[in-house]
Amino acid sequence: MIQNLPWLFLLLPLVVAAIDWLCFSKCPRTAAGLSTLSAIATFALCVAYLNGWQTGTPDIYTWLPTATEGMTSLSMGLVTDALAMRMMLVVTGIGALVHIFSLGYMKGDSSNLSRYFAGLSIFMFSMSTIVLADNLAMTFIGWEMVGFSSYLLIGHWFHKDSAADAAKKAFITNRVGDFGFLIGILLTLAVFGTITFAEMGGKAAGIAPALLTATVICLFCGAVGKSAQFPLHVWLPDAMEGPTPVSALIHAATMVAAGVYMLVRLQVSMGTEAFTETACITIASVGAITAVLAALMAMQQDDIKRVLAYSTLSQLGYMVMAVGLLAGEAAMFHLYTHAWFKALLFLGAGAIIVCCHHEQDIWKMGGLAKRMPLTVLCFLMGTFALIAIPGFSGFFSKEAILHAALETSPVFFWIGAGVAALTTFYMTRLCLVAFCGQARDHGAAEAKEAGPTMLLPLLALGVMAIISGYGFIADFLVPYAGFEAHGFELGLPFYVSMGSLALGIIAALLVYGCGKRTTDPLAGNCLSTALRKRLYIDTIYDKGLIGGIQEYGAQIIEFADAALIRGVIVQGFAWLTAKFGMLLSWIQNGSLRGYALVAGIGIVIFVFILAFTIPTL
Amino acid sequence: MTPLAHYLIFSGILFSIGLAGVIIRKNIIVVFMCLEMMLSAANISLVAFSRAQGVNGIPVYDAQVLALFIVAIAAAEVAIGLALIVAMFRARKSVESSSLNTLKD
Repeated sequence: MIQNLPWLFLLLPLVVAAIDWLCFSKCPRTAAGLSTLSAIATFALCVAYLNGWQTGTPDIYTWLPTATEGMTSLSMGLVTDALAMRMMLVVTGIGALVHIFSLGYMKGDSSNLSRYFAGLSIFMFSMSTIVLADNLAMTFIGWEMVGFSSYLLIGHWFHKDSAADAAKKAFITNRVGDFGFLIGILLTLAVFGTITFAEMGGKAAGIAPALLTATVICLFCGAVGKSAQFPLHVWLPDAMEGPTPVSALIHAATMVAAGVYMLVRLQVSMGTEAFTETACITIASVGAITAVLAALMAMQQDDIKRVLAYSTLSQLGYMVMAVGLLAGEAAMFHLYTHAWFKALLFLGAGAIIVCCHHEQDIWKMGGLAKRMPLTVLCFLMGTFALIAIPGFSGFFSKEAILHAALETSPVFFWIGAGVAALTTFYMTRLCLVAFCGQARDHGAAEAKEAGPTMLLPLLALGVMAIISGYGFIADFLVPYAGFEAHGFELGLPFYVSMGSLALGIIAALLVYGCGKRTTDPLAGNCLSTALRKRLYIDTIYDKGLIGGIQEYGAQIIEFADAALIRGVIVQGFAWLTAKFGMLLSWIQNGSLRGYALVAGIGIVIFVFILAFTIPTL
Repeated sequence: MTPLAHYLIFSGILFSIGLAGVIIRKNIIVVFMCLEMMLSAANISLVAFSRAQGVNGIPVYDAQVLALFIVAIAAAEVAIGLALIVAMFRARKSVESSSLNTLKD
């Protein structure tokens, strides 16, 4: 019985979501309290497991048994190994903090809070399913469920058209990747003969490299969708239409990292030999392209949440690149530190947005450092971690990735360094514009410090943003045998990242000064317009892909409808019948003599047959 | 004694003329007369068979009885047919067969 305790990670949030929605949809305070309690309970359980509490292996339930021998039956089991439990710590930890933050953030919101908290709980359930799944089928179920809960939460304010559209866009874009993922799962079943992680080990050796490449790349498609990699990255910036705590939990810290987690999980269970060179180069290139493009686009965004969204894309690109360079431990390390500091940044942005009366444009803020110092301080902690100032968590994980890149492939190392410079530039720009100088709008002028339910999670995350990179936490968090957090190691990566850090800060200071400017000096030229318009990728998708598909699809359907169904089947048969009838009606010409002629000829033929062909009786 | 074939050829010619008349002529009364001619052709061949099958100068009377039946039926047919033609003339003021095409139009 006790060994099945990990199932609580899944069932508790699920049951709470059901109760919230079915019983307490009219009393949001109870619903919010229940959800928050369940998040804290799962967090506590997770901490207990991490501290060495053992309950044995959880039972595996056979879900779809197979009658014939030798076929794989689908089962539902949990893995509670180090990798999964550490990931659970991130999910439940940030989840609990976001629940608490939401209590403050959603206060006074007119929408249905029970629905919001039920959505959060559903998300906790689905995310735990992905993390704890012991086979790919179960991962896929969680995969779809997080897509669904993300849809619910992005579209929480569904009366706004933009939110409803963004929810739809996120869901549909994810479906594209999920389809590849599904093919990948089936390929895995065909190639490895199993989809259970524990049974995949060591089977990659005897398999043709082309098959392995196809399998890994198909599975990677799922990560491209969920982790919003190029070319399916378009949904993530739009997903910022959802409430800010949701952006922090789902679209920065946990769900979008699920793709990276899944890839690392595969790397661990299949073995790195399953990741062929072609597959690795593909994965690393996609990650690098995403990192560069997203960092470029982030430089010219004005919405504080969009800047953070593009920064998330860029950091996810970093992680995926690390996975492609077979540096799963560096990727997971960056995932951990990034989860804390990016959640911090988003929650900080959420607090700022609430305090500025729902103003998201950084050019209408300004001077916030004086008005809400504690929030801004926390936000700065996150920023320092993100731009990898030595001593903050992001520095260590970024160093780990750069080290891995330098060892494997210097090209990716220099790309990573360039992205680091860009990251520093846009984050410094954000901070200078929003926090320094004078308030440029009345919303910012009237801003006051956020309430305790918002500040508390911020402070907790701020602490984590600093310490999560140090050895005593990091070695404990990253479950790879022999993993060591990088300290202050002098060497090429250190100098290069210091160089890009300095470059980014100096460039941003030169361009934006100390917050005296009221408009962006870089805006106006064609390059910045292109970056502002997201390099026209969304436009191309809208016009070319979706418009084209709809246009041509409509034409094909029109052709099938008009020509085939209406023309050939309906009208064609009618025409045939009519013509045949006309032919027959020519015989019925109403001329008595004609009938007599036919009857006469008939009789002659009849007599002829009777008299000459049938033998005499 | 005239051979049977002569009778049959005569009967065939008479029948063909009757059939041609039925097919070609428009006037229903003439068509009607041609029909009677075809019946007569049949009668002639029956009587010819009756004589040809006879033994010792005595014909087989079965066929001749049949010929009498045909004459009787033809008489009844004339009664009905002429009545129909009169009725048709009253309705259409015409005895042309080509005017009997109301159903087609």
